[in-house]
Amino acid sequence: MVRILPQTKATAVNPLKSSQPLGAALAFLGIGGAMPLFHGSQGCTSFALVLFVRHFKEAIPLQTTAMDEVATILGGADHLEEAILNLKSRTKPKLIGVCTTALTETRGEDFAGDLANIRQKRAEELAGTEVVLANTPDFEGAIEEGWAKAVTAMIGRITRPGEQARQSKKIAILPGWNLTVADIEHLRDMVESFGLEPVIVPDVSGSLDGTVPDRWVTTTYGGTNVEDIRELGTAVRCIVIGEHMRRPAELLHRLTGVPYAMFQSLAGLKAADRFVSLLSAISGAPVPAEVRRRRAQLQDALLDGHFHFGGKKIAIAAEPDQLYQLATFFVGMGSEIAAAVTTTNMSKILEKVPADSVQIGDLGDLEALGAGADLLVTHSHGRQAAQHLGIPLMRVGFPIFDRLGSQHKLTVLYQGTRDLIFEVANIFQANRHAPTPEALDPFRHREMPDELSSSPLARL
Amino acid sequence: MSSLNAKIQDVFNEPACENNRGKDAKARKKGCSKPLTPGAAAGGCAFDGAKIVLQPITDVAHLVHAPLACEGNSWDNRGTASSGPTLWRTSFTTDVTELDVMMGQGERKLFKAIREIKEAYAPPAIFVYSTCVTALIGDDIEAVCKRAAEKFDLPVVPVNAPGFVGSKNLGNKLAGEALLDHVIGTAEPDDAGPYDINILGEFNLSGEFWLVKPLFDRLGIRVRASIPGDARYLDVASAHRARATMIVCSTALINLARKMEQRWDIPFFEGSFYGITDTSEALRQISRLLVKKGADPEILGRTEALIAEEEAIAWKKLAAYRPRLEGKRVLLNTGGVKSWSVVHALMEIGIEIVGTSVKKSTPEDKERIKKILKDENHMFEAMAPRELYAMLSKHEADIMLSGGRTQFIALKAKVPWLDINQERHQPYAGYDGMVELVRQIDLAIHNPIWRQVREPPPWECRTAVEDEPPSSKSKTATVQGFKKFAGTTADDFGEC
Repeated sequence: MVRILPQTKATAVNPLKSSQPLGAALAFLGIGGAMPLFHGSQGCTSFALVLFVRHFKEAIPLQTTAMDEVATILGGADHLEEAILNLKSRTKPKLIGVCTTALTETRGEDFAGDLANIRQKRAEELAGTEVVLANTPDFEGAIEEGWAKAVTAMIGRITRPGEQARQSKKIAILPGWNLTVADIEHLRDMVESFGLEPVIVPDVSGSLDGTVPDRWVTTTYGGTNVEDIRELGTAVRCIVIGEHMRRPAELLHRLTGVPYAMFQSLAGLKAADRFVSLLSAISGAPVPAEVRRRRAQLQDALLDGHFHFGGKKIAIAAEPDQLYQLATFFVGMGSEIAAAVTTTNMSKILEKVPADSVQIGDLGDLEALGAGADLLVTHSHGRQAAQHLGIPLMRVGFPIFDRLGSQHKLTVLYQGTRDLIFEVANIFQANRHAPTPEALDPFRHREMPDELSSSPLARL
Repeated sequence: MSSLNAKIQDVFNEPACENNRGKDAKARKKGCSKPLTPGAAAGGCAFDGAKIVLQPITDVAHLVHAPLACEGNSWDNRGTASSGPTLWRTSFTTDVTELDVMMGQGERKLFKAIREIKEAYAPPAIFVYSTCVTALIGDDIEAVCKRAAEKFDLPVVPVNAPGFVGSKNLGNKLAGEALLDHVIGTAEPDDAGPYDINILGEFNLSGEFWLVKPLFDRLGIRVRASIPGDARYLDVASAHRARATMIVCSTALINLARKMEQRWDIPFFEGSFYGITDTSEALRQISRLLVKKGADPEILGRTEALIAEEEAIAWKKLAAYRPRLEGKRVLLNTGGVKSWSVVHALMEIGIEIVGTSVKKSTPEDKERIKKILKDENHMFEAMAPRELYAMLSKHEADIMLSGGRTQFIALKAKVPWLDINQERHQPYAGYDGMVELVRQIDLAIHNPIWRQVREPPPWECRTAVEDEPPSSKSKTATVQGFKKFAGTTADDFGEC
């Protein structure tokens, strides 16, 4: 049974977390014509924006209610209203995703009430634009919680409630935040190859995939259609990827009766098999030849790759679901988890992480626990720990700002697992140490009196 | 909070600020930060500004007293360089949680955090930054810092610039105030000499100050403190013993320069290391100020000799770019031309300036811009992204020089872009830096990708399918092939 170790330090050293509103904004960025709005000071938005840009290398729509000291003390409803109206008239979004911040939540206002007033008072001006609220103070949670709250809020606000006529081919998919653009594209292809029609919420593959639109777009340039969110209740089944997406899936089920199937991870042969079997069962179609081929390729990658994984000690720092995904992948390849660090203790998935303990903490903890590991696995900020420890770093999650193309890296199903195996094996091969007599000396770890230890001269 | 308000009023009143001199008393009191429009605002907060100014002090532990976002979303994001200590790159935050807020544990947690840092890292000083939430819940960081300083026998410096008090620029100034109140003048150097200077507002981005420092070394001038780029705490603490100050990024630390003059009689001037003539002028002014403060006047002659030698080399290097860059059109979108001498050097090799933002320019600046620009219409206060995109799409410039914020407007319009703001990866200071800037402009404009990304796919252009694909072997052949293909010049956008 894994032990969950709470944080006991007063200082977070080299934070692992990105903030909860950032996670919510990321989810809103997966909706077509969306504009996320932070209800906080201009700095809250500016920091998140810069971080998004560093990761995606894209212009990111993200605005602020620009709370100043006076507004914070008097209350921010006016700023919220002004911001929404300004965004509506300037950018004509389909959706404005309001994310509260620590600043406004510390004062503690009735944001839902404020928004209800604004929607009512400004119904005419706001026609055609959904305004959704996610309560995401920075002082709790991290990306995972923020992302899940935003999706829950969208379903709660937009999806038409009540049992509806089901379309037998339509599948709702609620992916966790840690799925990349490439993952979403791949999921869609896979589902479509069974003749099914996926509706993916949120769908970052349409909005954060780095294309060159032929005009300037001030909102997101693609993503899930707001109308498709409204019609989610007509799906025959909902597929959920990541434990943190259970809440939105349960809400969808409660509202519309659409049943869901949970995949805590889509990495590894078994998870992929279960996913493919489910699609085959829902569609009644046989597994296409191409999918079988991919599976065989993964089998081969397992065969070729396992030499590099066996006995390796892996130190991972990631958000709970991604930690679970990676840890099960590595353990499934014969490695052991030497250190597992995560952001918050709010997820049930932590109990299933195949490690002795999971530390709630930061990259300072990763550096302390990961000494002696063969590989560090975390986001780009882990580069300092990797440098200090002299251990290679595999970059995963968010932010990745010192490598290009992280959004196009495939990490799920047969093909993504195959790619992961190759990536890790290649890191190990690139960092192999040449054998030295010192490293292999059978007496190197034995304690012995000074006069018996081999002198430098004796080696000649 | 009231002392903070007084401080803010004080920095708004800055008499040395060029913009301020043009205002009446009432306008000055209102301050220089314009009220932001909710839903249409951009830019960082006061905390951001304070951290930018102080964090490059390399051996200090910078502790941010805040919920996660303030530090967690922003650390390790600037390219300032250190020649030694790396502690400044380690991120420390109290990561205030809901429980801390509700139970009022903020101050206790902060104190404990200071202790942990002191014990684990033994830095020469700890800087503690307040933020919106910890200010809102009333944590008294000045009192905590004072107690911690006494208890741990270590300078613990409160930086009181919570985000919601204003803009990044205000934060820059409040950071300067923190140095004045708590750091500068707290240590006495044992080696003060007549050739000691301070440089203020130099961030050593991509190590660019190291392109300049050797020039001072050659003249026997010692940089006592460069604040903040590659600074050590003790250098800053003994900065009051320098004989002259050069202020580089004037809006950020002008209050610091003026108050150091007032307090310790250190004369200062505003200068720049961007561009050839500005670099020379900076060297000249420093030597002059040092002589005025008692240095041997022979340094003036040596300075002129060095300038003559270095300028000749730089101009010769730049001249090599003239055939490649003559007639190229540059759009400057920087929020204000920071160095006229860069513009001067670009024009000297035949580059045209076709537009510039004058958002932060003084009336004097605007007059100069009018003379430079061929078309006054291209002087703009601030251009909406959509308009800027339209202008670039019409190919009205060959390259845009700007900060990261507008990067993608240029790139998505398929126009070359060069970063000239703080996130950039190239050093542009001094004589060699100017040559490097021009080299980067040349590389950006002449990169072979532009032709590729602008060409439409062959299937959208029936005639093209029958043509030979453009060969990359000969430049003329390529241009001709392209002309045939797209019916326009290679430099234009390919449209069928």
